[in-house]
Amino acid sequence: MNVNLTGADFLGILPIIILSGFGVVLMVLSVFSQRFHRMTIPYLGVVGIILALISNFFLIGKDYLAFQNMVRVDWLTVAFNFIFLVTAGLSLLLTTSYSEQEHIEFIEFTPLLLFSTVGMMLMGSAQNLMMIFLGLETMSIALYVMAGFRRNHRESLEAALKYFLLGAFATGFLLYGIALIYGVVGSTSFTAIAQYLNKNALSPDLLFLVGTGLLIVGFGFKVALVPFHMWTPDVYQGSPMPVTAYMAVGAKAAGFAAIVRFFTLSAAQIAYQWVDVLWILAVLTMTVGNVLALVQKDIKRMLAYSSIAHAGYLLVGIVADNDLTVPAVMFYLVAYLLMNLGAFAIALIVSGNQERRTRIEYFKGLAETQPMLALAMAICMVSLAGFPPTIGFMGKFYLFSAALYSGYVWLAIIGVINSLISVYYYIGVVVAMYMHKPVDERRIEQVVPGVGLVVLVAVVGIFIFGIFPGSLAGLFG
Amino acid sequence: MLVEYIPILVILAMALIVAAGILVLTHIVNPRIRNPIKLTTYESGIEPQMEARLRYPIRFYVVAMMFILFDVEVIFMYPWAVVYKQFLSQGWFIFWEMIIFLAILFAGYIYLYRRGGFQWE
Amino acid sequence: MPAVPISHFLILSAVLFSLGVLGVIIRRNAIVIFMCIELMLNAVNLTFLAFSNYLNNVEGQIFVFMVMVVAAAEVAVGLAIIVAIFRLRETVHVDEIKLLKW
Repeated sequence: MNVNLTGADFLGILPIIILSGFGVVLMVLSVFSQRFHRMTIPYLGVVGIILALISNFFLIGKDYLAFQNMVRVDWLTVAFNFIFLVTAGLSLLLTTSYSEQEHIEFIEFTPLLLFSTVGMMLMGSAQNLMMIFLGLETMSIALYVMAGFRRNHRESLEAALKYFLLGAFATGFLLYGIALIYGVVGSTSFTAIAQYLNKNALSPDLLFLVGTGLLIVGFGFKVALVPFHMWTPDVYQGSPMPVTAYMAVGAKAAGFAAIVRFFTLSAAQIAYQWVDVLWILAVLTMTVGNVLALVQKDIKRMLAYSSIAHAGYLLVGIVADNDLTVPAVMFYLVAYLLMNLGAFAIALIVSGNQERRTRIEYFKGLAETQPMLALAMAICMVSLAGFPPTIGFMGKFYLFSAALYSGYVWLAIIGVINSLISVYYYIGVVVAMYMHKPVDERRIEQVVPGVGLVVLVAVVGIFIFGIFPGSLAGLFG
Repeated sequence: MLVEYIPILVILAMALIVAAGILVLTHIVNPRIRNPIKLTTYESGIEPQMEARLRYPIRFYVVAMMFILFDVEVIFMYPWAVVYKQFLSQGWFIFWEMIIFLAILFAGYIYLYRRGGFQWE
Repeated sequence: MPAVPISHFLILSAVLFSLGVLGVIIRRNAIVIFMCIELMLNAVNLTFLAFSNYLNNVEGQIFVFMVMVVAAAEVAVGLAIIVAIFRLRETVHVDEIKLLKW
């Protein structure tokens, strides 16, 4: 047996290696440095992420399997790496002001965030269920800790406990599914699974189907599909705001990376078996997410239910299962990244000291006190609701047209109806900002440069890719 | 087939018989003397000072946690050691691989040490 | 000597897994819930090993290594979270940990 690994193997995971290296070094550095130098650690983390982004460019145009069929390097890998790295970088910028604001030490935060991103990138480039599992756990275990980072706040610890218990519970289902698939196929490699399904597309073993069902449960927990969404609002509300933003965008994108890699690319042969299940889940997820978001009073909780609804929209693209699926899902993930990070950044600014002001009523009169901030929030909300000329509109357009292309007319109609429902609560925030008097007139929140940059990137991205969607969609084929 | 399970059944039965036998036997043969001194925890010795079910300091759990972490990582060295000689002929990669693995583990140890994980307070 | 058929292993692990799921659903102590999750993971390990033995394929055993290590990391993080909650709240009863509600 040949164990010689070539340079191509290592090139394929270069961004992962760089980020892990930075994570380990920063972890050791953080405990040796003085208090003052610790402030620079998030910025060093950003440097690591930028280096990883640069190394990601070396992978463009490649298409091969590395590490004995464990890792796949293709354009999807590059695209997912890009999404995860940008999410991590922007979330890290959100934390730069957070440690003073919360009066807690954020020593381990940057290394944890880097490790979590490493897990996501492993999921994005996985060619084996083992890599999916390891990536998922690397991501989740770091996230459990990050969710409970405000150690003196009951809400934060409660969020961590709930996230941990339900996340580990879901992992159990995922693993059992993998074990059953392994028993039928004799391997956990996607290559072997695709070969098995090529031979047995019409009569796959019952155990294989049960395993696939359990995988849906496991992934469903991670991306918060109804009926596996119970943890989402509690965890999003209790976690520190930068973590919520990172979790909402990164963990969901990673979950969809796994779904795309397994269902769309490896198990397409038995799509007739799982498409109906996902159809039902998509409808449930969109509807329940949007309806429950209507009654929320807390901005974090509202965005949590909205993120459930967006998982439903993304699932519409997966159900379509045609050539448009992967480009549409990728485009929407980018859209989701920009609008959600923008919204969370502004919510972070408004929430102020100790995150005491997270209720939507605190947005009242923001247009008077801070017009630019209000405008940016309005743009994010309009994009989340899916109005042109924003990226949110184009993303939904691509997803629903993919569904129509495969003949899922009703699914597309339900999706559009749900978008209309969602307008109510997104516009509710805009109305609060523009048509109400401020609760506390004198209050002007400070915008630190890092958070301001995130808002700027989000708003510019929402418009550029909303008006010229081809520039982004072209990259995804 | 099911015949395979007979030895396990025999062991189970023997364990049950021995355990139940001892319990029953002690009840039959032991002398029954009941007075306050007989009923104390240590009949001839130190007088009990408090309840036996006290709460352990939380540090024990933390130490157990750290032990598990470093202990379990060692299982990766077993498969590595099994194939080490065979793969060494193809280059030193297999050697450096484990060095890198241990270096990362050691970085974790240093972090824990500096962060005060090993102090009892 | 004939080997124990694989169906016995699979039934045992399925029963263990179901017991774990049941425990997570009905028990109310965070640490007990956590132990039930560990039971689920070990049931999965048993499934992997049974298939690995049956198929004469080593991949399942490697997977079990990974599951064990990940489970250990989960134990550490989980216990840390539970200890932190206990320090703040003096309870590990999940019914009493319910500040966040819609």
